[in-house]
Amino acid sequence: MSKYLLNKFLFTIDRDPELVERYRSDPRGTVDWWEAERANVILNLPTAERSTWLKFTDDEREALASHDYPKLFELGAHNFLTLTLFIAMFERDYAEPLGFQLEYARRLSHFSLPYPDIST
Amino acid sequence: MATVAAVIASTHHPFYYRASTSTGADRPPFADEWVAKITAFRETLTRARPDVLVMVGSDHFHQLWLDNMPQFLVGKAPFYDGNYYNEEREFGLPRMFLRGNEELSAFLLRQGLDAGFDLAFSNELRIDHSVTCPLITLRPEADLPIVPVYTNIFAPPLPQPRRFVELGKVIRQLVEAWPSELRVAIIGTGHLSLELGGPRQFGPHGPDPEFDRKAVEWIASGDLKSALAEVSLDSLWLPGNATHGFMDFMLMMGVAGENVAADYADSLDLFHTMEAYFTWYPEAAR
Repeated sequence: MSKYLLNKFLFTIDRDPELVERYRSDPRGTVDWWEAERANVILNLPTAERSTWLKFTDDEREALASHDYPKLFELGAHNFLTLTLFIAMFERDYAEPLGFQLEYARRLSHFSLPYPDIST
Repeated sequence: MATVAAVIASTHHPFYYRASTSTGADRPPFADEWVAKITAFRETLTRARPDVLVMVGSDHFHQLWLDNMPQFLVGKAPFYDGNYYNEEREFGLPRMFLRGNEELSAFLLRQGLDAGFDLAFSNELRIDHSVTCPLITLRPEADLPIVPVYTNIFAPPLPQPRRFVELGKVIRQLVEAWPSELRVAIIGTGHLSLELGGPRQFGPHGPDPEFDRKAVEWIASGDLKSALAEVSLDSLWLPGNATHGFMDFMLMMGVAGENVAADYADSLDLFHTMEAYFTWYPEAAR
């Protein structure tokens, strides 16, 4: 399990408007690029001082590459990060206010307490 | 010594700015009532005539990140920029710019460390909507210097609820011990029951109205004993998966004092989460 890395992906995409659009239009390509080029960058260090050991599990990579937010919830990705990024990508596709947010809740409705652990 | 001019605890609803400034067909049906409630709440700060605002909030994965996560952090900077691209994007929040009060920041840090809280600090902090939303509601002029205090209610492992209460008590003592003639308002924002990114999110009310009812009662009456008896890090998952933000309310109950009833209490049942507003005037109790 690399919940930290899932969160790092969501966090670094969400804060960059270009990456939000790139992940929306090309999720698999963005995930592959990010894992190869960005996963090991420590955010407040020069890129030369990067880590050497971070990678997704197959499940995690597939969940991100298929925009599968119920699966991300199941894997313990941070609920706030997933929600914020997916609103940024998909709220625009719904005519009604909160349409996407309510669809999101519906797609998670099979989860009951306790929810998957988000601690990292 | 400085005077605690007001203690204020509130929810921070990022949709208020957009709801209150929207017009015509874009204006939601609940906006007028919400604005009236906020206007009355704002007056409770205005009449306290504060010079400085201590602002307790929690970064929502904006500047603070999992590679280096502080539990409690005090900003010590001459200025603070406010709000982020993703808050502009999702909530329509404006960019803001606030002055700091480094002298009070330094006093809280030094004395807080000596009082047993190993506080982290930041000399370059960009504040997010947990601090800017209460400024928008309570002091939209944004003309007073601030001292931000950030807590971790967001990224487990979290500090225990009692530590939030203890930190609140310490902040109160330290502000009262600050050698200054200024009037300080201590303002903190958190949540009642709240679900984000889970199956109970964005319902017609908060996810757990019964928790909200009890929580409002605890805060309004200063009932720390009941709050501490009923609230734990595990129990806070039950009312909603973002309800750990209630610990910032518990911190503010520590600031206000055990069994000290709020001088002003109001709430508003909204979709998604309940709004709640509380003000104490410690001077009047003296």
